[in-house]
Amino acid sequence: MATKNQTKITAEPGKHEVIITREFDAPRELVFKAFTDPKLVTQWWGPRYLKTTLKTFEPKNGGNWNFIQTAPDGRSFHFHGVFHEVLAPERIIQTFEFDDHPEKGHVAMETAKFESLPGDRTRVTRQYVFQTVADRDSMIQSGMEKGVYEGNERLDEIFEKQLVK
Amino acid sequence: MRRDVFQAIADPTRREIINLIAFESLNLNAIAENFDVSRPAISQHIKILTECGLIVIKKQGRERYCAAQLQKLNEVYDWLEKYRQFWDESFSALDGLLEQMKIKSKKHSKKK
Repeated sequence: MATKNQTKITAEPGKHEVIITREFDAPRELVFKAFTDPKLVTQWWGPRYLKTTLKTFEPKNGGNWNFIQTAPDGRSFHFHGVFHEVLAPERIIQTFEFDDHPEKGHVAMETAKFESLPGDRTRVTRQYVFQTVADRDSMIQSGMEKGVYEGNERLDEIFEKQLVK
Repeated sequence: MRRDVFQAIADPTRREIINLIAFESLNLNAIAENFDVSRPAISQHIKILTECGLIVIKKQGRERYCAAQLQKLNEVYDWLEKYRQFWDESFSALDGLLEQMKIKSKKHSKKK
């Protein structure tokens, strides 16, 4: 299966934001569900080599969320925030903090928009806005470092594994 | 202040300086002519770009020319590309999950 829906990243130099855009071959309601149902979120969120645990996940206005990612070597990464707005099936606005990176109080705001596209497809646009350009750059840097992992799993293999289950 | 490529390109004047010398090396005066900013300010920008490895000063006779070292800019592209791959991994898994969800929802509508 070809990846015709490529992830697009926009991170202009000197700006506080990162925009991540991705299209999916599924109707908006289903995609929104995958982002807001805790049983579904754990099945796709985060890099493969890290184990993601949802300590708290309350996808509603004013709800809390709290994730832990654990690496094979035992290191753990904590993230948390608050849902400012969960408006099915079109929008999620939440805060995002990578605990203690670089220190407490560096918080980003994410606005995720879900647009219906023809042919029962969906475009998801996630805009992250940071307090400083340095924070934005450092988040991209940490994403890059975490991306260094062993065993690249090809999309086809993941898809087949999911179907076979 | 960080002295890395990202710091270098965060400033719009520095980005413009890189654009100017990307095609031909220029001396300080020739660069400064293109900006309303003062000469010392341009010197400071060039100093930062040099410390970040994006500019190299080459002597030609009595003149000192600023030459672009654009290979360093590849660091920025690599940086973003790795970040894109990081997201792509999760989204690829989401693709698979959505296929399962579509199959399940079709089964439910057939039962009705």
